[in-house]
Amino acid sequence: MAIFCKADTKILVQGITGRDGSFHAKSMLDYGTNIVAGVTPGRGGQTFEGKVPVFDSVAEAVAETGADASVIFVPPFGAAGAVFEAADAGCKLVVCITEGVPTLDMVKVMPFLEERGVRMVGPNCPGFINPGMKAKLGILPGNIVAPGPVGLISRSGTLTYEVVDALTKAGLGQTTCLGIGGDPVIGTQFMDALKAFHADAETKALVMIGEIGGDAEERAAEYIKANMDIPVVSFIAGRTAPPGKRMGHAGAIVTGGTGTAADKKKALEAAGIPVADRPVDVVPLLRELWKDAP
Amino acid sequence: MNIHEYQAKELFRAMGLVVPPGDVADTVDGALALAREYGLPVMVKSQVLTGGRGKAGGVKFCETEEDVKTHAGNILGMDIKGHTVHKVLITPAETIAEEYYVGMLVDRASRRVLLMASAEGGVEIEQVAKDNPDAILKFAIDPRYGLLDHQALGVAMKMTGDIKKARQLAVGMQKLYRSFMHSDASLAEINPYIFTDEGVGKAIDAKVNLDDNAMYRHPTYEAMRDLDEEEASEAMARKADLSFVKLEGNVGCLVNGAGLAMATMDLVKYYGGLPANFLDIGGSSNPDKVVNALEIILTDPNVEVILFNIFGGITRCDDVAKGIIEATKRMDIKVPIVVRLTGTNEVEARELLAETDLVPAATMDEAVQKAIELAGK
Repeated sequence: MAIFCKADTKILVQGITGRDGSFHAKSMLDYGTNIVAGVTPGRGGQTFEGKVPVFDSVAEAVAETGADASVIFVPPFGAAGAVFEAADAGCKLVVCITEGVPTLDMVKVMPFLEERGVRMVGPNCPGFINPGMKAKLGILPGNIVAPGPVGLISRSGTLTYEVVDALTKAGLGQTTCLGIGGDPVIGTQFMDALKAFHADAETKALVMIGEIGGDAEERAAEYIKANMDIPVVSFIAGRTAPPGKRMGHAGAIVTGGTGTAADKKKALEAAGIPVADRPVDVVPLLRELWKDAP
Repeated sequence: MNIHEYQAKELFRAMGLVVPPGDVADTVDGALALAREYGLPVMVKSQVLTGGRGKAGGVKFCETEEDVKTHAGNILGMDIKGHTVHKVLITPAETIAEEYYVGMLVDRASRRVLLMASAEGGVEIEQVAKDNPDAILKFAIDPRYGLLDHQALGVAMKMTGDIKKARQLAVGMQKLYRSFMHSDASLAEINPYIFTDEGVGKAIDAKVNLDDNAMYRHPTYEAMRDLDEEEASEAMARKADLSFVKLEGNVGCLVNGAGLAMATMDLVKYYGGLPANFLDIGGSSNPDKVVNALEIILTDPNVEVILFNIFGGITRCDDVAKGIIEATKRMDIKVPIVVRLTGTNEVEARELLAETDLVPAATMDEAVQKAIELAGK
């Protein structure tokens, strides 16, 4: 059944007429995603790709189409505003793809979402894709995924594609492939995603792609050890990253000796979660651990 | 983006924190003039963007003008952990009766600004965290209401039994929070926050890191950026809106996505090579961006091969291929280039590359191995 959205979830796209928004909204439509509306202030009344109505505001889009989830492609300075707007209009799921959002904007957004029971994925993330229900909320390439029993959580974007591609080519399809993003403050944290996969009966195995910085992988390892009995394997990026330098993602930084790849590997292996040396090694490690894999 | 102590103090002063006066000089004469203005004794403090200045001899107490000349002379031009001192801060020396630590950072787990405070001030907080974690008080601030009076005072009362001092500390914490939010900081520290013999609380050291993502709305802080402290290639990358970190190896890496870029570096190391850099060309890449990226990588004379590892998602492979071809036409590139392009529009990309002398690779592993082999030649 996969996580975070249902086959009948009605999706709107904020920033649908922008350069990135239009490119990816088209790709989401081509994949089969149920996009019911687009929002760009000042473009209300237009139609996207001949079938998706565009509205001036999320509130109008929700009132007219019943949309209950939003995918955001607006520029960084407008991203927090777009999240507030989607939540205010009643969307219960917000996927914020935008990269480069000021961290304190997201600190301010979080209580607003919590008060309204809204889940946010991102920002600065590829979103997620549920191949079994042809739902793509974000920018993951639809041609590299396949329906199947593996759940995948990642803090990265393109590294996720690398691993998903390897899984699919090895005949290991996915329930949900989820990129939670690499920023310090994100709506759906590693642990939230883990719990969602844990509750999903169709997810029979899990792949976790972590990176340096913070302690999300360490906390995930503890949770998995205490609560989960499905096979889990992992990959951690950033073994060669120098301390004190931000490696692209604002969250990917080794500070004061914490958040190193070595620490994470140690914590994961102590919890019985093998850590792959190379992205391609994820597949053989998973097969080794998972005797009745497809 | 990190700013210097004297800049952080300006920021604190503007929010009403009690900070001793001070100004920077880049010559001994300038330092002496400031010392005379404030009156002796003064502190001479090196302004470099690294910790451990005191241990390195970059912070000195001066009782006489002769001391100022000697110490300012020694410290200006000094190397502290690879950073050259270009400026010293001259500030009146305070009598220190008590030292505290007050800091704030963005806490990933609670997704709030976390106040951290300790009665063990004046020493490195990382050391306190390691040796005696219970000595650090923590409070996650609700962004809707800010740091409320009773919350700040509650923390301060755990640091000192003296209500007059606790009130000063509490107000200091609230002003630090306002500075933090106002400047879009990711870290702000006062270490130490002192009380003088007369019981007056002051911030005598200051450290602030600002959120690069928010600098578009803070042109005055962006102007604080110390260009002398930046690696030339890293400055070029920042101007070109590329994420770049210089490393020591000879395999120049050009990758889309931060996670894949790190994984590529790791794989170079795995196969026995050494990466020359981290470089994320980012999401929607255009040919000009690739040209910029190549120019930045090639400023490093150690680079013996260039490795493109592109998994197209948001990035279109044909865009990247056009960029590579255009760049190689515009530039005189002497090192071999290995290219791995997979994903969106990869067929078109391969057709474009087939007419060039670039070295193609089908997978990330193959590309890395080929690059290391070519770098050795």
